[in-house]
Amino acid sequence: MIKRLLMILLLVAAPVWAVQPDEVLDDPVLEERAREVSKDLRCLVCRNESIDESNADLARELRILVRERLVAGDSNSEAIAYIVDRYGEYVLLRPQRTGSNLLLWLAGPVMLLIALAMALVYLRRRSVAPVAVEQGLSDEEKTRLSKILDE
Amino acid sequence: MITELGHFALILAAFTALVQAVVPLIGAYKRWPGWMAVAEPAAGIQFLLTAFSFAALTYAFVVSDFSVRLVTMNSHTMKPMLYKISGVWGNHEGSMLLWVLILTLFGACAAWFGGNLPPTLRARVLSVQAAVAVAFFGFILLTSNPFTRLGTAPFNGEGLNPLLQDPGLAFHPPFLYLGYVGLSMAFSFAVAALIEGRIDAAWGRWVRPWTLAAWVFLTLGIALGSWWAYYELGWGGFWFWDPVENASFMPWLLAAALVHSAIVVEKREALKSWTVLLAILAFGFSLIGTFIVRSGVITSVHAFANDPERGVFILAILAIFMGGALMLFAARASAMEAKGIFGMVSRESALVLNNILLAVACFVVFIGTIWPLVSEIFFTRKLSVGAPFFNMAFTPFMVALGVILPVGAMLPWKRAKLVRTIKPLVPAFILALALAGLVWAMQTERSLLGPVGLFLGAWLVFGAIVDLMSRTGRGSWGKRLGRLGRLPRADWGKTLAHAGFGITMFGIAGLTAWEQEDIRVAYKGQPFTVGAYELTLDDVRETQGPNYLTTMADVTLRKDGNVVTSLHPEKRVYPVASMPTTEAAIDYRIMRDVYVVIGDPQADGGFTMRVYIKPFTNWIWFGTLLMAIGGVFSLSDRRYRVAAGARKAPVSGVPAE
Repeated sequence: MIKRLLMILLLVAAPVWAVQPDEVLDDPVLEERAREVSKDLRCLVCRNESIDESNADLARELRILVRERLVAGDSNSEAIAYIVDRYGEYVLLRPQRTGSNLLLWLAGPVMLLIALAMALVYLRRRSVAPVAVEQGLSDEEKTRLSKILDE
Repeated sequence: MITELGHFALILAAFTALVQAVVPLIGAYKRWPGWMAVAEPAAGIQFLLTAFSFAALTYAFVVSDFSVRLVTMNSHTMKPMLYKISGVWGNHEGSMLLWVLILTLFGACAAWFGGNLPPTLRARVLSVQAAVAVAFFGFILLTSNPFTRLGTAPFNGEGLNPLLQDPGLAFHPPFLYLGYVGLSMAFSFAVAALIEGRIDAAWGRWVRPWTLAAWVFLTLGIALGSWWAYYELGWGGFWFWDPVENASFMPWLLAAALVHSAIVVEKREALKSWTVLLAILAFGFSLIGTFIVRSGVITSVHAFANDPERGVFILAILAIFMGGALMLFAARASAMEAKGIFGMVSRESALVLNNILLAVACFVVFIGTIWPLVSEIFFTRKLSVGAPFFNMAFTPFMVALGVILPVGAMLPWKRAKLVRTIKPLVPAFILALALAGLVWAMQTERSLLGPVGLFLGAWLVFGAIVDLMSRTGRGSWGKRLGRLGRLPRADWGKTLAHAGFGITMFGIAGLTAWEQEDIRVAYKGQPFTVGAYELTLDDVRETQGPNYLTTMADVTLRKDGNVVTSLHPEKRVYPVASMPTTEAAIDYRIMRDVYVVIGDPQADGGFTMRVYIKPFTNWIWFGTLLMAIGGVFSLSDRRYRVAAGARKAPVSGVPAE
């Protein structure tokens, strides 16, 4: 009874695992490239998973598609471009470095430069501060002091 | 009945918080001691009432009271007791209740152990803390009441998500919340100090333990979550750059920065306004995290309450507290004049650099997390930002941090000579470089990741040891080693935490660089090799757990013909949730994990099997644990205990009222 129930449940909810043995290409170099490409492509029906990790059917289709393209002689970027043409920019986990996305890519480096510049100004001020204290009286104060002493 | 009492206690706690938010603040302004004194008992009462309310909800879960809507939706009589209890916070409403429970706990702790604070500052801190509590009590009572009853109680509940039925995850949220909410203390201190208009070394000393405690809890919480993902999700990933993970990681980065900048305030009375800003932002990111997890604006693997109404409420809380605090900051920050004076090359400057790297790294994570949203709204480009982006944009900051850390940690305060500081570190540097070179020559693939990770890890660990030894002064090695035990705990904490950071870095690099993977159809009794190991699928059985059915495989792991261990990967089905999960079998060792997952049966009688050899994985968790232990050591340092001891004298001197 339990066994039958188990079999039914397994059939109902059979999980499909990421990268099935039957998908793996015979050529290890090509397979390695396929894995690399897959890691940059999003499984469209999942939340934030690459097709390499995902168990969804759509991810499996995309994995097979990527392998077909690579076998057909595409380079990695050509295979990715092929997928992007069909599924849109949303499929990319590594956003393109064009247009408004430049903001995303440059945000970190630019912020770092700004922060370093601000820190430099701050540290300068901190390190020259004692000199200002030790400078003693200003000219204005000196004349005033001599005036007072003269009186 | 108990459920209603719990609900009632929660409402009472909300009103107590309201009183505590208003009365002491006025008292501190007018210098009325009686009004200020309201804060202390109110904080205690608020905590006790919330604790009672939480206990009432826990009771409903334990006895499986299915007339309570939340219990019906998240529990089941067949669930083991541990998961009945962890089910209390395995859902939106219950976890918010845990959130405020911890918030009020921190407030109560500040009231109980804050005797050495000046009365006005203490009143203001507790008042700000209560104001945060009011907002969240309101949020729970108005939008996510955990005590709602059902008209007709069903016979049984709908169960808890099977993925969450795991000891690692049972304790993950409480630790994480202790961290998130602990940062509210730093926030309250910052806002109170801004209202007070005064920040001095003593403020730095008071705020640092709270931040450090929050950081320790966040570290543990994140590590637990990451470990859980590693063994539960079935392919051994440990970090996904998922929005919800980022939500916990951003406050962690800022808390790490705050822990360091508070030292500068404490020892040198500099960086004051920056530290205050950091304290405000750190809690701000905790709130942003709460918003991201609970609003559903950003899709994520584990967002568990996608409700726009709640999202708007949290956004309002975020806007009010951040807006208010930042306006206060803008108005008052200039009053906080720095006293300490230091050269360009000094410990102060190194800590500034530490803060820049951590804060900008946090900024990068933040931009990456919200970019899909920003891009869709402002540029109508629907796109994704995933792990490849974060790995590329974030990692350089951590590498830079790792390179400068050992030097910065040894620079003297005020003015330093770089050459003199670097000199004792030269052997550590050479040793680390030599190790990396050796590994570079040994490894078959020409990837730099492994050697660079090893170099950074070794450099950080050796650097931390050199730093610790330098504290023992001069004399023979025997004498110096003898002095190690008598060093301040803060020195030990620093060494442990920095070494832990190095070990974690090495673990991540080693795992990423040298992982081996094998995917195949395995047949019973036919051995196959992966790397240096030979695996045999001996049998596949079907059995039953307390609330699940399982397909369990027996796999024998051999190396050089000797049996290493027997592994039992499982595939479970939880009938209540009709959801399958994988239970990977992992042979944990110091140098590597062997990670075996069983998949579907094939038509020809074989089974899909995935085998991973994951080198140095445990070093990741060990390193994070070391960081947390370092934090605890630092927390128990004498200078905080002395401050705590000094508190007792005035308390006994106060006449009874």
